[in-house]
Amino acid sequence: MKWKVTVTVRLKEGLNDPEGRVIGKALRNLGYAVENLRVPKCFEFELESERPEEEVEEMCRKLLANPLIHSWEYRIEPVS
Amino acid sequence: MVRFAVVVFPGTNCDFETERAIRKAGAEAERVWYKTSLKDFDGVVLPGGFSYADYLRAGAIAARQEIMEEVKEFAEEGRPVLGICNGFQILTEAGLLPGALRPNRVPRFLCRWVHLRVNDTETPFTSLYEPGEVIRMPIAHAEGNYYTDDPSKVRIVFQYSDENGNVSEEANPNGSVLNIAAIANERGNVLGTMPHPERASDRFLGSGDGLRLFRSMVEWARR
Repeated sequence: MKWKVTVTVRLKEGLNDPEGRVIGKALRNLGYAVENLRVPKCFEFELESERPEEEVEEMCRKLLANPLIHSWEYRIEPVS
Repeated sequence: MVRFAVVVFPGTNCDFETERAIRKAGAEAERVWYKTSLKDFDGVVLPGGFSYADYLRAGAIAARQEIMEEVKEFAEEGRPVLGICNGFQILTEAGLLPGALRPNRVPRFLCRWVHLRVNDTETPFTSLYEPGEVIRMPIAHAEGNYYTDDPSKVRIVFQYSDENGNVSEEANPNGSVLNIAAIANERGNVLGTMPHPERASDRFLGSGDGLRLFRSMVEWARR
């Protein structure tokens, strides 16, 4: 079976996100009252698998995220 | 004569300088493509650069290549494994050293000379330094901000300091926890350093302080 997968990887709470800080500051300079901007990373792919949840979880732990500094979540939908 | 492998991944760019510094320190060195085997070598060095263009996270993709299984065996056998800059990032991503290297506190590439305080001279890479000695080496990285959730478990080898050896916030170029610039594994035979010793391996380059790191390593590997 084929799935459409979206994985979002973000820095854990409390860890400094320098890129987010700079982008947030740029938006504030444009006059928007932006606070605490963070930049998660998003991966989209199609996956042929009989056990998609298990495989996606494994991919996050092995490569897409660094468990020491990141948390992750994913959405798995059948390809229509 | 002892032989060191200098591993080249796609995007590695400090391999020639590293090879030269090891030779100057009195050992044989050979640049090896990452698909080559490491047997017949006495030690391995992962040099600086931008393996896989630093995509995903610096060092993350190189850390998952097959050759790293051999590097892990080197580490387990107690042979010397040195990672410089991108090599340090690869070693943490591969789990050979604790912690992670995050983007610099100020999100930009830093390329400049720094002072370092030598914190641990008991490793095979630092035996020719004096405890507490202040040395000079250059840094060149965008992701050198060392993080660990438990600094008490880390073997800190070099710390960013001022020229008098004070480990202060002002002397911290990238935001590293405890000004950490280089660490070793518990046993001491795996070292990761963000500053580049090969770029400080001759007084003509601005400092010869980095050469002693290679000399220590070579001397130890000979035994």
